[in-house]
Amino acid sequence: MLEASHLECVRGNRTIFRDLSFAVRPGDCFRLTGPNGSGKTSLLRMLCGLLSPTHGTIRWHGAGIETLGEEYFSSIAYIGHRPGIKDEFTAMENLQVSIGMRGIEISRKAAASALERMGLGGRLHVPARFLSEGERRRAAIARLAVNHSMLWLLDEVLTSLDRLAVDMIQQLIEDHLAVGGMAIVATHQELNLSSGRSPGIELAA
Amino acid sequence: MLAFFVIIASLFPLGVDPDSRLLRNIAPGVVWFSALLASMLGLGSLFSSDYTDGTLEQMWISPQPRILIVAGKILAQCLSTGIPLVLISPLLALQFGLSLSEMRLLAVSLLTGIPVLHLIGSIGSALTIGVRGGGLVVALIVLPLCVPVLVFGAGRNVPLVGAVLALTLVFAPWAAASALGIVVED
Repeated sequence: MLEASHLECVRGNRTIFRDLSFAVRPGDCFRLTGPNGSGKTSLLRMLCGLLSPTHGTIRWHGAGIETLGEEYFSSIAYIGHRPGIKDEFTAMENLQVSIGMRGIEISRKAAASALERMGLGGRLHVPARFLSEGERRRAAIARLAVNHSMLWLLDEVLTSLDRLAVDMIQQLIEDHLAVGGMAIVATHQELNLSSGRSPGIELAA
Repeated sequence: MLAFFVIIASLFPLGVDPDSRLLRNIAPGVVWFSALLASMLGLGSLFSSDYTDGTLEQMWISPQPRILIVAGKILAQCLSTGIPLVLISPLLALQFGLSLSEMRLLAVSLLTGIPVLHLIGSIGSALTIGVRGGGLVVALIVLPLCVPVLVFGAGRNVPLVGAVLALTLVFAPWAAASALGIVVED
């Protein structure tokens, strides 16, 4: 379980949000909404441990995430605005490298089937620089299909994706919640999840 | 980068007196200086491309120790761009008319010294992520720090170069990782 209590975020001399508290339990998918600049990305980066909150604490199963360190990192998967896709590598190599970095070994077959599931079946061996924006995003999201992290932190993953891909991601999230996973999704789009509890966090401007 | 190294070291004699004794004397210095400049070329982009495409963030939240990831990147850079310079150096030594034993000494001093250039350079590269004209700033930060290794290397004092290598091996990956931390955790 992830608990955030009294989080405050100050960037420069501007307070972006303050006194934000919530708890994510297994099977929960939080939809994070708010206008541009309201701190959605900052909040997700805080939950990743990439940004320290000015005030407040973030606990994972009762222990502070900064004390857990690498143990916490192995429980999360984060896909940000810049999804970490290398132009020089193919979709396949990108997936293998990014999963390998998390200490997970996957076979070529498993990697290929994850990419096929994301609709990249015919383009496995094309360097990412020749893929469209949506296809690059799909290649990044394929990580989620082979990664057994408990907590998914997704920042605007639905942008530049077509209807079909959005459905595929919703299906991925539903499967993840069904096995007790958790997700926090920052998005301006609606999520139609049939299972799981899906409360929302709305950040004010 | 290899081509750059060869061209710099080959053009140098054209600018000075073509006296073979003089050339033999300045050869180690010229080769070392060319190696220093060639190493600077690749360092500007050591971490910046990882930063721009988001890979650095992913590295930061991976369950591996950060310092090992940074050290791994420096090692990879060193193997892919530094070692070829060492391998081609006998050819350049031949151009300057060095004897076989001098040639060997030069190659060994480069082999111990080039990793030092990359290690020190990685700190500059990490500090200048996101800075416009980063390559130039890297050179301004790193070149003065490379003076000791240049002096020892061109003087072909391999044990002293080795000592500098041992020192930088300890603190450079740590310093680079700390500098990257400032950029990523912001």
